[in-house]
Amino acid sequence: MSTRLFGEPMPRREDPRLLTGQGRYLDDLGPGALAAAFVRSPHAHARIRDIDVSGALDVDGLVAVYTWEDLPERIGRPLPLLIPHPALTHGRTARPLARDVVRHVGEPVVMVVAEDRYLAEDACALIEVDYEVLEPVAGLEEAARGDRLVHADVPGNVGAHLVQEVPSAGGRSAADAIAAAPHTLSFRLDIERSASMPLEGRGVYARWDGADLRVYSSTQTSTSVRMAIAAALELPLPHVEVIAPDVGGGFGVKIVHPWPEELLVPWAAMLLGREVKWAEDRREHFVAAAHERGQVHRVRVGFDDEGRVLGLDVSILHDHGAYTPYGIIVPIVTSTQLLGPYRIGAYRVEFTAVYTNTVQVTPYRGAGRPQGVFCMERTMDKIARHLGKDRTEVRAANLIRPEEFPYDQGLTFQDGRPLVYDSGDYPEMLRMIKELIGWDSFERAPGRGIGIGCYVEGTGVGPYEGGHVQITSDGRVHVSTGLTSQGQGHETAFAQIAATELGVPVERVSVVTGDTRRFGYAVGTFASRAAVMSGNAIALACAEVRAKALRVAAAALEADPADLTVTDGLVHVVGAPSASIPLATVAVLANPLRYAFDEETARATQFAGAASPDRPPVEPGEEPGLEGRGYYSPIRSTFAAGMHAAVVETDPETAEIKVVRYAVVHDCGRLINPMIVEGQIHGGVAQGIGGALYERMAYDGDGQLLNASFMDFLMPYATEIPPIETGHLETPSPLNPLGIKGAGEAGVIPVSAVIASAVEDAEGISIDRMPLSPSDLFHLREGA
Amino acid sequence: MTDGRAASPHEITLVVNGVARRARVPGRRLLSDCLRHDLGLTGTHVGCEHGVCGCCTVLLDGEPVRSCLTLAVTVDGRDITTVEGLAGPGGLSPVQRAFAECHALQCGFCTPGFLCTVTALLREHPTPTDEQVTEGISGNLCRCTGYRNIVKAVHRAAELMAEES
Repeated sequence: MSTRLFGEPMPRREDPRLLTGQGRYLDDLGPGALAAAFVRSPHAHARIRDIDVSGALDVDGLVAVYTWEDLPERIGRPLPLLIPHPALTHGRTARPLARDVVRHVGEPVVMVVAEDRYLAEDACALIEVDYEVLEPVAGLEEAARGDRLVHADVPGNVGAHLVQEVPSAGGRSAADAIAAAPHTLSFRLDIERSASMPLEGRGVYARWDGADLRVYSSTQTSTSVRMAIAAALELPLPHVEVIAPDVGGGFGVKIVHPWPEELLVPWAAMLLGREVKWAEDRREHFVAAAHERGQVHRVRVGFDDEGRVLGLDVSILHDHGAYTPYGIIVPIVTSTQLLGPYRIGAYRVEFTAVYTNTVQVTPYRGAGRPQGVFCMERTMDKIARHLGKDRTEVRAANLIRPEEFPYDQGLTFQDGRPLVYDSGDYPEMLRMIKELIGWDSFERAPGRGIGIGCYVEGTGVGPYEGGHVQITSDGRVHVSTGLTSQGQGHETAFAQIAATELGVPVERVSVVTGDTRRFGYAVGTFASRAAVMSGNAIALACAEVRAKALRVAAAALEADPADLTVTDGLVHVVGAPSASIPLATVAVLANPLRYAFDEETARATQFAGAASPDRPPVEPGEEPGLEGRGYYSPIRSTFAAGMHAAVVETDPETAEIKVVRYAVVHDCGRLINPMIVEGQIHGGVAQGIGGALYERMAYDGDGQLLNASFMDFLMPYATEIPPIETGHLETPSPLNPLGIKGAGEAGVIPVSAVIASAVEDAEGISIDRMPLSPSDLFHLREGA
Repeated sequence: MTDGRAASPHEITLVVNGVARRARVPGRRLLSDCLRHDLGLTGTHVGCEHGVCGCCTVLLDGEPVRSCLTLAVTVDGRDITTVEGLAGPGGLSPVQRAFAECHALQCGFCTPGFLCTVTALLREHPTPTDEQVTEGISGNLCRCTGYRNIVKAVHRAAELMAEES
């Protein structure tokens, strides 16, 4: 039996079932369930005059049709605004089914339940909704002009406006610092919309047995979905269970909750007394889930002869889409993480977040950071170009030094806490990435360029996560944590942590995530937080279990607990492995029994003679069983960092852009499983390349999404992704016991900046917008 | 549309993973839905329902096809291999083992389609070049892995098959 532990590239526990078709994704469950389907708005902005469902009533197999009027008040009201913020003065959320006005193509209007999905869609097609079409607000700048309104009661379409300002060390404002600087530049940057686009869409499946509701959802937060459902359906929390089964990718979109369908499907299941399931189709996912990224930045920067930034002023126009269920986390992250690994003289950032008649905007992997990094890194390249300096030299002049940690950027981060970087070594990272890509020896040629991008990522945001660890009398270790998994390999990584902390063979450890039956308190999986938060919570739970195991074993071995340790599942005296007792037996002894069910448990019964007759079988302060619970709640986020570099080639005629080399140096603190971390980076880089070169949500002036299919929305295939070279730097986080930082979003964050940097180098043309298609580059060449 | 459900269902027999399976399906039933919902073989996934992502790829008489673009009635009597049928009596197939070894899957949703595609690819090209590998998997989308480990896994599977043949 091997003991594979923390830091090893251990093969994943998840793989055998996923490789043999034995995974259980949402639509694999509930084979006999009724199917729900939705009539969705075909208009970006319209008033509903009438809904005629009569045509659907003849469909054989139709079970129910619901419009807003059928919903009880607690379901029909606007969905929760999950993260309120004082600057979000005009937050608006949708109702699960539209009441009177629809504000984007895809907004749900009618829910149909039928014997199967085919029949449900038949019925949907026969329902007639009479709309009075209203003028839509389609573009970001059109929204900012405020001539037409998305919400009649939101003047100027402005949902939120926030200014953060950090004066220079000498007390100078950004405006003054820029005015007094030897050099200044001002420019505009445009970043278009993309989306998480997991290959499995959203989905909900609900069962009601008359007293208890069980809901399965393809979600990034089962605990919070559970609370939202209990509140909306007015059910006592202990009577609601929510389980995230195998989830086919999330990337942010599945952290939003409760989705309309997450309330409507359970509600219908209760009403009908039947199992009901809804599995989102691809077009629905394009028009009814969420997008991200769309922003316009206006930048002013002042700097000295060395390229040191003396003052930076950024105005951000952020596109919310039609609603703000997730608040203003994305523009807050853009504003604060924009500064990256740099020490900036004085900084002022302002964002205005506006509504448009498009799908709502909520975090997608990177969550506002790719835009911020695009801004900062474009700024660095422009400074270098202005001064005629090497781009890495300008960055080096601005980097925070290792001795300056903890480094306070003077801003308030997305968790409401100070933006203080915990640890890092940015100059070393710059040296490593230059070496990895061969920066200094790069041979420039027409149509061949090299680029770089640097970022810092706040990871492992609070408020907390918990872990539960139980050792049963068969010696197995059962670990559970409330947050969910969407492919990150948590079952493996958390088992590695538990095996290490407990001293047991990893084969004996099993891990369950995202199941409220097993663990009810959790926040969710987002913001590269799972390994940091649940990893540390599980380690703390393990420490508690281990201490108890040593106490129980000490009594059995007549030893001092301080002299004991655990190796390979055996508790023994340090240096004397012969005096030992297996954890399985310790688990038996930890639970005094009246009834035995096998030979082993007979040792814990009342006539077995082990316990003193003068003491209670369970000592005061103790509990039966060998289990423990731990919570990890950090004072603030940890800060991972990375630097990427790429070599691109551009075609002189077709303007096609090919990424020929891609290199990543990354610091996420201590690595639990390097294979998994590397996989996360690869996947992130691929999504980044998609965002840099291919993916855009093409809305027309009527608010129609023209490319709402995989045929037209171009995601990278294997043909678009170059080999990815990686280097790891490990500066442990001082904030948590395991010294880890998050890695989930690392790969995606700087990619647009890196590709822009490289294309600009190859072409000698300013690249100020992303994504950059061959056609875009062709037109830029013509204009140059 | 109403015609589709009014028409009487068809009796079909599919030989799935070597076992003859009967189903009663309407003419419009997709092969993907028939496998998943009528036969309970949920390993075949549906990612886009329009033949682009490749998640639903199965082997029809050994050739990869999009089961979401195939009507079940059109493959009556044919041989179908799904992800559930790739492992042999001795355990995981070389392709499956190589995917695990090379960390060529994360969420696993696209994986059944890749496994079927790669199984057919390696039958045609037992020692594929890099180009053949990239080309061979260029009809399957993956949103998690960034593909490089999948490319590595295809080469590794070829090695394993050569070692074991």
